[in-house]
Parts: sequence; structure tokens; C-alpha cells
Amino acid sequence: MTVILKTEGLNKVFRQGGLIRSRQINALNEVNITVEGDKPVVISVVGESGSGKTTLAKTLLRLEAPSSGRATVYDTVVTDTRSLGKRAFLGLVQPIFQNPFEAFSRYRPIDTYLLETATRVACLSGSAAEAAVADALRSVGLDYAEVRGKYTNQFSGGELQRVSVARALIPQPKLIVADEPVSMIDASRRMIIINLFKKLRDEAGRSFLYITHDLATAYYISDHIVVMNKGQVVEFGAAREVMNNPQHAYTRLLLDSIPTTRNRWRPRAVRAAS
Amino acid sequence: MITLNDLKIGYRIGSRVIKAVDGVTLTIPDGCIVGVAGESGCGKSTLMKAIYGDIRSPMSLLGGDISYGMNGADGRPVTTANIQKEWFRSVSYIPQSSMNSLNPVIRIRDQFIDFPGTDRNKPRVLERAREHLGKLGLPAETMESYPHQLSGGMRQRVMIALATFFEPALIIADEPTTALDVVVQKEILMLLMDVQERMGNTILVVSHDMGVHYQTTDKMLIMYAGRVVEYGDTESVFADPQHAYTRMLIDSLPTIGDDSMRGVLASLAGAGGDRAFRVEPELIEVKPNHFVARPSLGEVAA
Repeated sequence: MTVILKTEGLNKVFRQGGLIRSRQINALNEVNITVEGDKPVVISVVGESGSGKTTLAKTLLRLEAPSSGRATVYDTVVTDTRSLGKRAFLGLVQPIFQNPFEAFSRYRPIDTYLLETATRVACLSGSAAEAAVADALRSVGLDYAEVRGKYTNQFSGGELQRVSVARALIPQPKLIVADEPVSMIDASRRMIIINLFKKLRDEAGRSFLYITHDLATAYYISDHIVVMNKGQVVEFGAAREVMNNPQHAYTRLLLDSIPTTRNRWRPRAVRAAS
Repeated sequence: MITLNDLKIGYRIGSRVIKAVDGVTLTIPDGCIVGVAGESGCGKSTLMKAIYGDIRSPMSLLGGDISYGMNGADGRPVTTANIQKEWFRSVSYIPQSSMNSLNPVIRIRDQFIDFPGTDRNKPRVLERAREHLGKLGLPAETMESYPHQLSGGMRQRVMIALATFFEPALIIADEPTTALDVVVQKEILMLLMDVQERMGNTILVVSHDMGVHYQTTDKMLIMYAGRVVEYGDTESVFADPQHAYTRMLIDSLPTIGDDSMRGVLASLAGAGGDRAFRVEPELIEVKPNHFVARPSLGEVAA
């Protein structure tokens, strides 16, 4: 069995303030998660703002070095920058960020990012790089001819997020870390991205770490779910089990806060009067 | 009661005019929360700006009118031309991004003093502001804070406090919770409902999330391509949506405990371009207080 994702005693401490009045914030506090298996999975990390879920993503993406502990992705220790070079790392783990309009410069045609990923990370040259870009775009339902030479302002948020998924696919990574990938997208178009993740897991064999505060979409696509609060993992397990039978009070609070279209939080006094 | 009569609003870009709101006729009764839903580009934000009276170039009123059914400070009826004088007093706006709306270099207390046309007596204004924040459940220290010292949720609560300071008859909230997480979102929405129940004003809430609409609104307005597709009591719209587009919006998001495939219709609509659900501007009352528009018959897009 392969270790898909494993964190061992992962800590991240941020210091705030000056010499006299400094404060420690434990953004990650002894995070231990183990997901093993032979089939690709979607792992969701849920929690409110400040729960440490983005710090966990950044640590796995090497954007933040952990204060202590280590993380393993597909049997490779990714937090050790010496044993695993940058190019090898980017061939294993790829990011998708929250706001595609901020992730890409608006002064550069979008396809140059894809070509650069193909030449620099995947080490392809010329026509092979172009073929890889075309392939990646096709797998997210876009046509290279229509994307070529266009700038970010010529796309909708949903289309642009699909382009960033395509970019992440080019080096054929094992794990894609997606930090709030749909929160900037229209609710009615969100499911196109979510269904795309599902399809890429089942057909292309990619695993996803899906960071979100939207428990409904997390329930829809996840195999495993990690609930975080104040830097700690409060609940971790098979997605269906955690959501249908939450053990921790914080998980129940999150579930109760979802605005559903079934049970109202409370009746409205004036509703009948109109 | 707000009445929109064949309202048409467009954006002038060079010599072209893009119609963002294309013939909207409806009445919004007093004292209810109305939810406005639709995808990006359907004209909902343009409609809200027009109702707020913030019609500035390149946006322009192409036709129709809005009557607000209320009189201004000078005793004359409020219209699109003079509503700007009523901002904050009778009409206020809660924007999506509160960080960009609060003045970053002054304390929250000074933002209350900063209002146009507010009382000259500073201690009296501050006393009222403190009392007002207390009623909304904000701690007294908030008054002394700068915006960057507050969390996103607290800032949005301060925005609501500022917007409701003069107890306006109409509040427009444009995606008030989009950037917030679910726990804070629930608190903000409950606060909005509390405010409405206490002050009895009309609140227009724009949101992408149909769950937010179901939880907070009394009436629903569904827009598509600049026109109203469906308008009616929230209970009725959710229980028995009359238009396929409304159905699609309600069904687009998954719910916990339901494993059925979602978002299929949304991708089909995407494939149909922006004309898949085009409707005629007239609304037909199919049930009491529940209106729906007929599909547009072979209309050629301009």
C-alpha cells in the first residue's frame, strides 16, 4: 500500500509583535494525518477562517517551512528540501489557488504559463511541450486554439480556474493541492470544477487535497475528511462517516451553519405579512 | 413599496450600448427581505446600483423609472434623480468587501462621526453609536479599533451597524457574506434578520447561494440575462419553482446526505451560451404572489 498523504507531528508557529510584547500563534498544532491506499483519493480539509487549513496547504506546497514535523506525499518526504529537489517536488505536488485572477498576471497571455510549466517543470521541449499543453487543456474541456494568446480578462472565473487546473496537470503530479478553488466562482458553475476533480481522480489517477469551508461540496467529492479548528485536527476519517455521524462538537457546529434549502434556522415573523 | 416600471439600464462602451437590465417591471412590498439570485453578468448588481440611485457613467438609464413610495427630507417624493440626498438616512448599502469600504486610517468611532449630515454634537453621536453597536451585539471596544484590527466577520458587522445607524427604510446588501466562512456567515445573516425584524425595513440581498436565500428571505427574485425569470414568495419558489432556470439554480449545489450527481444542468446551460434561458419581459402570476416569465420566442440577440 502506498502512503498517499502522511503528516507526522506537523507544527507551525507564527510570532506576532515586537521584542517586548510578542505573541505566539500555533497555526498548526501537532497535525497527524495518515491516508494510505492504492487508489487515488480526494481528501478534504474543512474549518473556518484561521483554523490552519491554508497553513497546512502552504506547508505541503513548500510555501511555508514547518516549525517541526514532516509530511510525506506518495512515499516521498516533501518537507525535506535537500533530499527532494524543486523540480522533482513540483512534478509530485502541484497547486491550484483560490483566485485565478490573482494567480495569473493580467499582462501576460495565459498560455505562456502553461508552456512554461511544460518546459521548465516537465522538461519537455518545443512541440512536445505544446502537445502536453493541448492535452491538459483537453482534459478540462477547453480547446488550445481558443486559449492561445488570450489574457485573463478574456475569461470568466470558471474558465480561468479550469485553465489553472490544466496547468497543474501538465507535470503529471500525483497530488494536487487546491486551496478554496471554487469560492470565487459562481455557485451555479462551481460544480463544473468539482465534477472535474472527480473525473480526474477516477480517470487520470490524480489525488486531491481540497481545502474548503464549504462542507456540502466536501461531502460530495471526498473520500477522507479532515476537520480543523485552531490549528488542530479535531476530527479525521472517511468522509461519509464523519459527515453523517459527527463525533466532535465543532464538526456539528460547522454542519449546523450550512444554509440548506430544507430546514430553516428559525421562522420569520414577518414572512406571512407580505 | 418600491415599483420598477419597465426599467432599462445599459453601459456605454464607445459607441456601443450593452443592455444589462432589459425591461424589469415589478413591485417590492415594504418590510420584507427580498433575495436576488442569478449568475454573474445577469444584471443583478446593475439593478441594485440603479435602485440605490448610483447611476454613473458608463452606466446609464435607458428607459423606465423607479418609484420608491417615500418622501425625502424636503417632503418631496424620492426619485432616481434626488435619491442621492437620502443615502444613509433612508437608503443604505452594504457592500461585499467591507475592508475596502471602511476608512483604514481612522477608528470605528470616527467613522460614525464621518457621516454626511450627521449631528454636530460629537458626544451625542458617539453615545448613540455606542448604544447602536450594543444593540447589534458588538463589544464596546470595537469603537476604539481600526478596521485592520478586526476580523472579516467583525468588519462586516461594523458595516451593518453603519448602514443601519439611521434606521433606513431600504437596505441593499450586495453579497454580504461571500468572503466569509460558514460559521460567521450564519451569524451575519441572523444579524440582518434581527435588524429587519426590529426596524421593519426592506432589505434586498444579493447572493449566489440559494441556501442563503432560503434561510433569510421572504421573497425571491431570479434574474437571467437582464430580465426577471421568476419572482415570488420564497416558500413557494423553493417548493415549486416554475422556471427551469430556477430549478437549475436550486439543484446546482450538493447537500449533505444526498449522493446524486450535481451540476449537470449548469454545464448544459454553459454550452447553450447566454441565450439558453432567455425570457420575455412580462411576468405572469401563476399562483398568488408567484410570478414567472414566458420563454423568449426566437428573439435575435442584439
